[in-house]
Amino acid sequence: MNAFLSLVRRDVRLATRVGGGGGMAVFFFLIVLSIVPFGIGPDLNLLTRIAPGMLWVALLLSALLTLDRLFQADQEDGTLDLLILAPQPLELTVLAKAVSHWLTTGLPLVIAAPALGLMLNLPLEGMLPLMGAMLVGSPALSLLGAVGAALSVGVRRGGLLISLLVLPFYVPVLIFGVSASRAALVAVPGDLGGQSLLLLGAVSLASLVVGPVGGAAALRVAIK
Amino acid sequence: MGLTVTKLSCVRGERQVFRDLSFRVVPGEMLTLVGPNGSGKSSLLRQLAGLLEVTDGEINLDGASEDQTIADVVLYAGHLDAIKAPLSVSENLSFWAEFYGVSGIQVANALEAFSLGHLGHLPAGVLSAGQKRRLGLSRLALIDRPLWLLDEPTVSLDTASIAALGDLMRAHLNTGGSIIAATHVDLGLEGTRTLDLNSIRGAQA
Amino acid sequence: MVPCCPARGGLHQTDMAWSIHTYANPTRFMNFSAIVLPYVWALAGAGIGIGLYLSFFVAPPDYQQGDSVRIMFVHVPSAWLSQFGYGIMVASSIVALIFRHPLADVAAKSAAPIGAVFTFLALVAGGLWGKPMWGTYWVWDARTTSTLVLLFIYLGYMALWATIEDPNRAARVAAVLAIVGAVNLPIIRFSVDWWNTLHQPASVFRLDGPTIHSSLLWPLFVVALGFTFFFLGVFMVRMRAEILRRKVRTLQMQQAAG
Repeated sequence: MNAFLSLVRRDVRLATRVGGGGGMAVFFFLIVLSIVPFGIGPDLNLLTRIAPGMLWVALLLSALLTLDRLFQADQEDGTLDLLILAPQPLELTVLAKAVSHWLTTGLPLVIAAPALGLMLNLPLEGMLPLMGAMLVGSPALSLLGAVGAALSVGVRRGGLLISLLVLPFYVPVLIFGVSASRAALVAVPGDLGGQSLLLLGAVSLASLVVGPVGGAAALRVAIK
Repeated sequence: MGLTVTKLSCVRGERQVFRDLSFRVVPGEMLTLVGPNGSGKSSLLRQLAGLLEVTDGEINLDGASEDQTIADVVLYAGHLDAIKAPLSVSENLSFWAEFYGVSGIQVANALEAFSLGHLGHLPAGVLSAGQKRRLGLSRLALIDRPLWLLDEPTVSLDTASIAALGDLMRAHLNTGGSIIAATHVDLGLEGTRTLDLNSIRGAQA
Repeated sequence: MVPCCPARGGLHQTDMAWSIHTYANPTRFMNFSAIVLPYVWALAGAGIGIGLYLSFFVAPPDYQQGDSVRIMFVHVPSAWLSQFGYGIMVASSIVALIFRHPLADVAAKSAAPIGAVFTFLALVAGGLWGKPMWGTYWVWDARTTSTLVLLFIYLGYMALWATIEDPNRAARVAAVLAIVGAVNLPIIRFSVDWWNTLHQPASVFRLDGPTIHSSLLWPLFVVALGFTFFFLGVFMVRMRAEILRRKVRTLQMQQAAG
């Protein structure tokens, strides 16, 4: 447990000490969402309608942005070898990396989301469901992302590769996330909103297993 | 802890690096790997550490208990120093202490082994290449493992630091540890054996 | 470049560059700013204090907008400083590129976050004003949108500084970005105007005379002056901090070199 926490602490410290990382992801989140109205026009009613979907799509893209450094940075300076050789199970190491990714990228994005919701004319009563759904769903993005990051470690132009590998796995998160976020805005027949939040939680819990186990297996293969 | 290697082979990409390599290292013994670039010194060390696939052959730990794996007994120091520039010198080492379950009290001693104690508060990014290497090697003094795998540990070290490394290695051997190192520098250690990877390959060719 | 492990020769070279340029000018700046800063803070405090008093308690509510017009006393000065900050950044960047003056690097880097904060403040104040006026916090009208794009350019500039480790290289690259941004801003503004025109026409700095009532204009002017001095105060503090940070880095390198 100590080893786990020390790795999380170190990664968070590195992310906060060096610029970039989470701040950059939030900036990307903001800029992607701002580009949308340029494309479709500033019609507020239209924006309200697409706001939850756009916010989620932008969240996925922004979370992807910092994934390529997740293991790559450690691989480039030799840290990864020593992380693998340590007594701590590799699964826990991958989990620690995913947790710190979520703390430095996912969480800031969730906190920034309501402000961006305002820009897309998302009504105030939609903010809480949006944040709640993102809070439940965003860990899955880091956990599943860790598998993609592990698979592409040591690969040239791994960043692009990660997006291609990971985005298909993000589809359920997107579907249930948007559905849970829209619940407060449009009448959903039979309590589908609450159900989608539960399903989103289930996806995150499943990722809690798939991410570390898959990530560790991928790392073992990728470095050899 | 001893190590027996039987008929080990290594293939990188399409290339056969070495084949049918067999040797044994007993506790308290050091084996020096020599050979030209590309003869497979680094590959062999990574194989021994379990960081590279073993295509053929066996690596056995002598006197290890059932549940002990190679990762439990080796300490690997490769080409790269595994140092994060934004963290301070002592933060770097403290992290490894925590991650390997070593008491934090040892950190100061380990830094002293390579005379880095007075630089502990500096960000590692300002260190010279030699100082970074010393910081990387101070893990040897921090983490207690019976088998050391060292890949060109003397690169960018000055004479004083090479002597410090020699002292550390001698102490390790005297307490029954063993070392396999790829190096061309004479570290002043007695009773070391040499394994020339090139001659093995040449004999096979 | 690998984060900060220059070869020994390289290290020495930068040391030399620092001791010739750096200790000459920045030391003078440190002395000068230490003397000037208290006055700047005093002027900022007085301007903001008096101006806000005038605007909140003396100025009458607008006959159309009511009390929410008072948000303008924060919004307009912030919008002005968002432009002012970019102006400083571009001017410093040009000096930095042409004359290689180390203080100009520091100035450009220091101005960016302050300008960005005022841009953000202008957007927030605009949103708060927009809620009672338009019934929504955010409207994609031309002026707000251009300001948002300006914020993006600020943030991109800051991200560039944060990403490149070597300050000399970062300064050069960031300067190019700032200048390219300055050239592009009018084009962006034009395209955004084209995209959408909804906003009320600019009312303070119009050539045919301001349409804002003079009872509102005076307090506005005083607040803007106070804000500007505040900007300059923070600007100098940031420059001082940056100079000290670089000095610390140099000392650390010297200490590591023994």
